[in-house]
Amino acid sequence: MTNLLAARTQMAISLGFHIVFAEIGIGMPLMMVLAEWRGARTGDRQYLELARRWAKGVAILFAVGAVSGTVLSFELGLLWPGFMKFAGPVVGVPFSLEGFAFFTEAIFLGVYLYAWDRISARAHLLAGLIVAGSGAASAVFVVMVNAWMNTPTGVTMAGGTIAAVDPIAGMMSPAAFPQALHMVLAAYASTGLFVAGVHAYMLLRGAAPAFHRRALAIALMVGAPAAVLQPLSGDISARLVARTQPAKLAALEGQFATERGAPLRIGGVPDEASATTRYALEIPHGLSLLAYHAWDAEVKGLDAFPRDDWPPVAPVHVSFQVMVGLGTLMALVALWAGWAAWRRRDLARERALLVALAVTAPFGFLATEVGWTVTELGRQPWVVQGLLRTADAVTPMPGLVVPLTVFTLLYVMLGAVVVALMAAMVRETGGPESI
Amino acid sequence: MSGLMTGLGLPDAMAAVIVLALNVYALTGGADFGGGVWDLFAGGPRREQQRALIAQAIGPIWEANHVWLVVVVVLCFTAFPPAYALLGTVLHIPLALLLVGIVMRGSAFVFRSYGSRTWEQRRRWGATFAVASTLTPLLLGVTIGAIATGAVGDAGGQPAALPFREVYVAPWFAAFPLLTGALALALFAMLAAVYLTLETHDPALQDDFRRRGLMAAVMVFVCAFAALIAAHVDAPIMRAGLMTSPWALPFQIATGVAAIAVIASLWRRRYGAARLAAGAQVSLMLWGWAVAQYPYVVPPTLTIRGAAAPRITLQIVAWALAAGALLLVPSLAYLRRTFRARRPASRV
Repeated sequence: MTNLLAARTQMAISLGFHIVFAEIGIGMPLMMVLAEWRGARTGDRQYLELARRWAKGVAILFAVGAVSGTVLSFELGLLWPGFMKFAGPVVGVPFSLEGFAFFTEAIFLGVYLYAWDRISARAHLLAGLIVAGSGAASAVFVVMVNAWMNTPTGVTMAGGTIAAVDPIAGMMSPAAFPQALHMVLAAYASTGLFVAGVHAYMLLRGAAPAFHRRALAIALMVGAPAAVLQPLSGDISARLVARTQPAKLAALEGQFATERGAPLRIGGVPDEASATTRYALEIPHGLSLLAYHAWDAEVKGLDAFPRDDWPPVAPVHVSFQVMVGLGTLMALVALWAGWAAWRRRDLARERALLVALAVTAPFGFLATEVGWTVTELGRQPWVVQGLLRTADAVTPMPGLVVPLTVFTLLYVMLGAVVVALMAAMVRETGGPESI
Repeated sequence: MSGLMTGLGLPDAMAAVIVLALNVYALTGGADFGGGVWDLFAGGPRREQQRALIAQAIGPIWEANHVWLVVVVVLCFTAFPPAYALLGTVLHIPLALLLVGIVMRGSAFVFRSYGSRTWEQRRRWGATFAVASTLTPLLLGVTIGAIATGAVGDAGGQPAALPFREVYVAPWFAAFPLLTGALALALFAMLAAVYLTLETHDPALQDDFRRRGLMAAVMVFVCAFAALIAAHVDAPIMRAGLMTSPWALPFQIATGVAAIAVIASLWRRRYGAARLAAGAQVSLMLWGWAVAQYPYVVPPTLTIRGAAAPRITLQIVAWALAAGALLLVPSLAYLRRTFRARRPASRV
């Protein structure tokens, strides 16, 4: 394994690990606040119990998210000193703002988790709202950095280095809004539908139905609308990629040849050697319509770019297909749940819906992982699109396979512990006596 | 505000803000690590009460305190990108180990508090928490000590031309950095012991931590003295700054007074005064390091001015800091006030 590949793998594992906890940190506080608010309004103790039980899990998940986020901020320098030297003056500004948002989140999470009996119910609810808001703000600021890496603005180049910067313009890069929207919706959809799936499963097993019915309702309130809106946000993102990163779009769609009226490929296996995508179901003119909203729009294929600037086509295309597939299924299940709720049916008795929710529970986190793979691998071989190659950003330190091994083992161990602890917490709600 | 900053030099001001953030981190997050040290060395008839007090004291605040380190890191790479790139390259090994410590400390603490069902699980996560809390301050001190020697700056010039050991190991695996690590550990342990005397009304428990505070204060003396001797060989810039510069004598006197005040007030059970003195001692030592290596970020190659990001970036970050302070200071005050009030139950 080359040093560059080891560094990329370590960064991918660190991000892939952290992103799940980051999403939970955005989604769960909103759900806890909704449960607490309903409990306060209706005087229904079960909702308050629900908020407390969720909070117990969040205490663990947030701590793991905070420390794995710290790892990332250090890894920027440990693995990519070339990137930090190059881009620090631009990406540092959104990172600084993210620092403040994270600070606010940590302060009020401490209040939320530990001060149930020390402050008024109203102040407690407000603390939860601040956690939910600052969590989402953190995500927006961090995604601004990634958006800048995809569509860099606010820099004037001279001889391979940045001659002048405008950090505000850097924050407002073209990809900033579409990516931030996509990420925040992903956080609500993934967390909401995952939690809904867990409680649906408990309802199927017949455990404490009054408690789990309330939990399911709150989780769907957060997850379902986000899952339905996500395909629209995906359309905005894809059209932007078509405009600003045509090589990435070509890889996403397995489009090797430049053509007018390009088809949309569903499935398929791109082969870089023969420059063809085989076994795909092709919908004529579909890609031109989706990417440019025009029947005969020209879509640039990979043949329009030097071979050195191609992203790895097959993994990007397959990841993209998987993301779209998972997202579509999530949106359908969310619509089903919405329809059943609108018909005023008792969701806890809709067994087919409960089964669908339980089966699709992990889809959001999986879609996030492959979606993140799409945006990161699709930008290769660049770390900053068109300006800095990933190979020029990596640390000169040899032997990076050692830290890669250490951090991989660390995250595997942490992941296993977290899953075991969460499973035990859920099982605790199984007995009819427990709640 | 920007007028004032122009007068002082914006890069200098930003460097001062970073040291200030590091200072707050040492006084808050550092003490949380120190708490973990005393978990490791809990003993005597009140061993479990000691551990419970530590967990109760750091539980609600350690995550907010931890963010100060993130602030230091982010400001460092925003305001001084080449310095961050250099530190990340040469100090890869101790910083990666530091991260392992940070991850293990935080996770083990919440696993013990929220996830443990059996006594056996509690003990295992407690041990992980305590060991990680002890190793992390050591590595933090080693990092600072390595920067101060000038070896990081020297090694960063041509990393590819030199053997691995000389670039990636020798700069931090040397007497001065290692002694600075021990000093950081002793200081954090001292802070934690002093703070913990104020977290309980139980006189026996207070006395446990009073004794521990006194021991740590003595260890601070030993480590600081040893580090000063090692500086003669390893860290000429530190030696010059701390021994011969015009501010050296008043600085040494002030630090000495603070150190004696810690011991004297602990001895006389004046715990409030001990907290003030311990905080002053830690802050003085940190600023002593920063001022001694001025005007360098990473001596002897990167100066504050030479490594600074473009002015526009520094200006925006300065405004963001001002706005952020308006948000954070009341929030932090609220957090402290919420958890300061000691439970009357602990009087019983």
